[in-house]
Amino acid sequence: MSWNDVVVLLPEIILTIGASLLLLGPFFTGRPKRSTSMSLHPVEEPAAAANTGASAKWWTLALLAITAISVVVCSSLAEGMTLSASFSQMFALDAFSIFFKLLFVAAMAMVVLLSDDFLRESRYSTWEYYSLLGFALCGMMFMASGVHLIAIWVGLELMSLSSYILAGYYKNEEKSTEAAMKYFILGAVSSAILLYGLSLIYGVCASLNLLDIAKVMSTLTTNNALMFGIMLLGAGLCFKVGAVPFHVWTPDVYVGAPTPITAFLSTGSKAAAFAVFARVFYVALPSFHLDWSNVLAVVAALSMIVGNLAAITQTNIKRMLAYSSIGHAGYILLGIIAMSSTGLRGILIYTVVYVFANLGIWATVLMMRRHEYAGELIDDFDGLHKRAPFWAFAMVMFLLSLGGIPPTAGFIGKYYLFAAAIQAGYGWLAIIAVLMSAVSIFYYFRVVVAMYLRDGQDAEVANSTSLQLVGGIALAVTLIFGILPAPLISQVEQSSQWVATRAAELHGGR
Amino acid sequence: MGIYNNPSVPILSIITFIPLIGALFIVFFVRKENATAIKAIATIVAAIDFVLSIPLWIYFDPKGTGARLFQFKESFDWIPAIGVKYTFAIDGIALLLILLTTMTGLIAIYSSFSAITQRQKEYYVLLLLLQTGMIGTFCALDFFLFYVFWEVMLVPMYFLIGIWGGERRLYAAIKFFIYTLSGSVLMLLSILALYFFNSDGIPFLNIKGLGHTPTFDVLQYHNIGHLIPPTLQFWLFLGFFFGFAIKVPMFPFHTWLPDAHTEAPTAGSVILAAVLLKMGAYGFIRFALPILPDGTRQLIIPVVVLSIIGIVYGALVTLVQKDMKKLIAYSSVSHLGFVMLGMFALNPMGLRGSVLQMINHGISTGALFLLVGIIYERRHTRMIAEYGGLAKQMPMYATLFLITALSSLGLPGLNGFIGEFTILLGAANRSMVWAGFAALGIVLGAAYLLWLYQRVFWGPLDNPKNQNLLDLNRRELLTILPLIACMVWIGIAPGIFFDTIKEPVDYVVLKVDPQYYARLAAPAPEVVATKAPAAVKPAPAERIAEVR
Repeated sequence: MSWNDVVVLLPEIILTIGASLLLLGPFFTGRPKRSTSMSLHPVEEPAAAANTGASAKWWTLALLAITAISVVVCSSLAEGMTLSASFSQMFALDAFSIFFKLLFVAAMAMVVLLSDDFLRESRYSTWEYYSLLGFALCGMMFMASGVHLIAIWVGLELMSLSSYILAGYYKNEEKSTEAAMKYFILGAVSSAILLYGLSLIYGVCASLNLLDIAKVMSTLTTNNALMFGIMLLGAGLCFKVGAVPFHVWTPDVYVGAPTPITAFLSTGSKAAAFAVFARVFYVALPSFHLDWSNVLAVVAALSMIVGNLAAITQTNIKRMLAYSSIGHAGYILLGIIAMSSTGLRGILIYTVVYVFANLGIWATVLMMRRHEYAGELIDDFDGLHKRAPFWAFAMVMFLLSLGGIPPTAGFIGKYYLFAAAIQAGYGWLAIIAVLMSAVSIFYYFRVVVAMYLRDGQDAEVANSTSLQLVGGIALAVTLIFGILPAPLISQVEQSSQWVATRAAELHGGR
Repeated sequence: MGIYNNPSVPILSIITFIPLIGALFIVFFVRKENATAIKAIATIVAAIDFVLSIPLWIYFDPKGTGARLFQFKESFDWIPAIGVKYTFAIDGIALLLILLTTMTGLIAIYSSFSAITQRQKEYYVLLLLLQTGMIGTFCALDFFLFYVFWEVMLVPMYFLIGIWGGERRLYAAIKFFIYTLSGSVLMLLSILALYFFNSDGIPFLNIKGLGHTPTFDVLQYHNIGHLIPPTLQFWLFLGFFFGFAIKVPMFPFHTWLPDAHTEAPTAGSVILAAVLLKMGAYGFIRFALPILPDGTRQLIIPVVVLSIIGIVYGALVTLVQKDMKKLIAYSSVSHLGFVMLGMFALNPMGLRGSVLQMINHGISTGALFLLVGIIYERRHTRMIAEYGGLAKQMPMYATLFLITALSSLGLPGLNGFIGEFTILLGAANRSMVWAGFAALGIVLGAAYLLWLYQRVFWGPLDNPKNQNLLDLNRRELLTILPLIACMVWIGIAPGIFFDTIKEPVDYVVLKVDPQYYARLAAPAPEVVATKAPAAVKPAPAERIAEVR
């Protein structure tokens, strides 16, 4: 282990220590004496819980800020190398991973802000919650950095295990427990499948390093073990991103999990899975592009069709967004199938756009929440424009962004992905994609209809500063990158360059 | 008025974004209770926009060809990474459509004062936003920018129909949105394929690119159009066709139109009829025809057949309508069939008639919707059976309605005649069968409009509810008179309009059929020979005067 190794992993090291310290938070801030027992018990006095909860939020945000700064600082310390890999070429702190790490930290900070009110009202303990979010973030950052399949797998597991617990955080609620159970069992199976795929690839290539795998594969011809390995690897990743036919967990988990956690699962967790998806397929597997791209094209087409069509009939907004997120996974897969620099840029741009628009929507949903599961029906949005004009307007923009209508950022993202599909010769897939995005407007606009075109209920909305902050940031990103996308695009071009070059070298320059 | 000659003044952007600025001003600085101020500001903003747009015509050089065809050009990099530029420039066709837009925009706002009583702030803000979207669509000379404006327009229109519409407004609004969006996303795919053809090509479909710098510049595509292989042209044309034909709307994609028109508030119907429907036809002339000449020729028969079905079927369905707004909506299907037929005659005469008929339809049908809106405001019904004998009670209204109806059905001396006649000439030049069907459409048009007039205005005034109706007030008169004036103007002296659109039309003809004028010059069959003077030395005003 050299100095360089430490620099590359310093953000994760800081984050791990910080997240562990968060567990000790109650001892320093003086929590009610009773709950020194095991974690996750509801705190009895709400007032005390609120106090400790508030400081937990600030400590977590501070930790996230330090992590973000350390990512930036370490990347400049490790400068001079396009790829600074450490620990025997397991982790890289390259432009690609920095891009995703900063995105994860930003998304996580917004999830923390979203969680604030929810935790105060639900009276579940806060320190463990934030600590678990911290570990999940750590896993995501490992995933973005990993250039070695085992490193990636470990990061994935760290993120998943934290997510399983968080999905069941309403432990007295049947729905939440059920969601956690489903998520855990299916997730464990998918992890096993993924691991099996990795072992097959290892068996053929005798290495788990992405660059080595790529090198070996470029000399191989198609063989069954390898194909099987790639299929299993793809299946495992498709599960994590929620693509059809590995999507069945999504609606139930999204509905059952506490809303801030749903926000996390549908944004940060999904973005991390796509970071891995892109890195593995672009760096390690370009040689067999022709073999896997058609399979993945069918997966993408099914995801778009099933996700968008199933979303039409939903009455619960969490369920609707769950199905729509399946559709969005399909769109992002276009970028992977295309295997071109346009496609990779599309993945990065779309991930940013999707994460922020979605977080904005979840902020709105949380703002509507009155009790633990209320405020989730689309009907609850009736007449929102009168009660909360800002939120209603912001929600329209988020939905337009997800639907890909200019001048929101979603259009730029969709533009790149569709362009990549056309460029790669997948005209039929592009036609499905655009028609399905027209379909998506239909169900997104059911929310708009409720907000603007129907008369409302008089119920209060639970507006708060932290929610407004999230909504404001998400709206700013959605509109600014929609009207002036050039800065985002040039950033994305830099960040994706190394990975795109690796793919192009093996795949014939495109 | 140096600002129109000065290249450093982005006059088109100013005209495009003034309504947006006005809308933002209302959003942030006017309280929603203060309806008078909102109306006043919206009207003033629209009026400024209209007044600013008029000198465009004065400073526009109708003789400009080549690089001068598109004038008032402004251009700067917007998204350099993918070659998107913010390019605004207009030719004669776009110029007339912009004038139509700013005029109907003002009229639409002014006509809404008493009709809209709820949520007024949002209403005027949305109308102004819509205005920006529409003008931008006509100004944009960059595919990406064009697409952005094209889509941006949908959202305000959706809300206008959805909030202030009739009983089935939710259905009509979402149908309008989804139909148009489905078409335009397919168009987007065609644009993307063009983009790659111009630059790197699509290796996996064995399409070799031209290797140019990636760009969305429309003029660049006008220049490379003839290099696109025929098969690709076919598919690209199909993509554009869906985008534009739904907007036009052509049979069988027209079903959103009666719903949207009928349910929209009066101002919404006026704008839909006057401007939004023109965008489809404009799209064909600006993009599909010049860029894809081969695709156009391959699909000419299907498009013409659909146009003719639209003309005849639209007219027949119009005959049996019981609802006035629906009647006018279906008549639009028929009229837009004319526009498409004239366009696909692919000769200067047909195209000129087509463009002029776009303007005519905007004026006449816009006026018809305004007039129906006026009576609807008084009686809250659009059913023809509820009326009868109105001429006695509302003589001024009846007169103006008659003039408008006559203009719509093509009475010589009013605008409709000039457009339809020119289209007939163009179509006949191509095929007598086309012209025959078109003529049938004109006859049916006279039938449904005169029958409508007869049922509403003549006969006994037997419905007691109609016996106390007031005639037009000054505001209503002011909204309708400018349109009537335009009808007479175009009807009597269309020369200036034909002059303005001459060069752009010739440009399109040359792009879509480069040999056209060469064939005319050569000794040719009889039919063409007699038409030749009209095309070579087109002084349409005199020519039509001769015919009359």
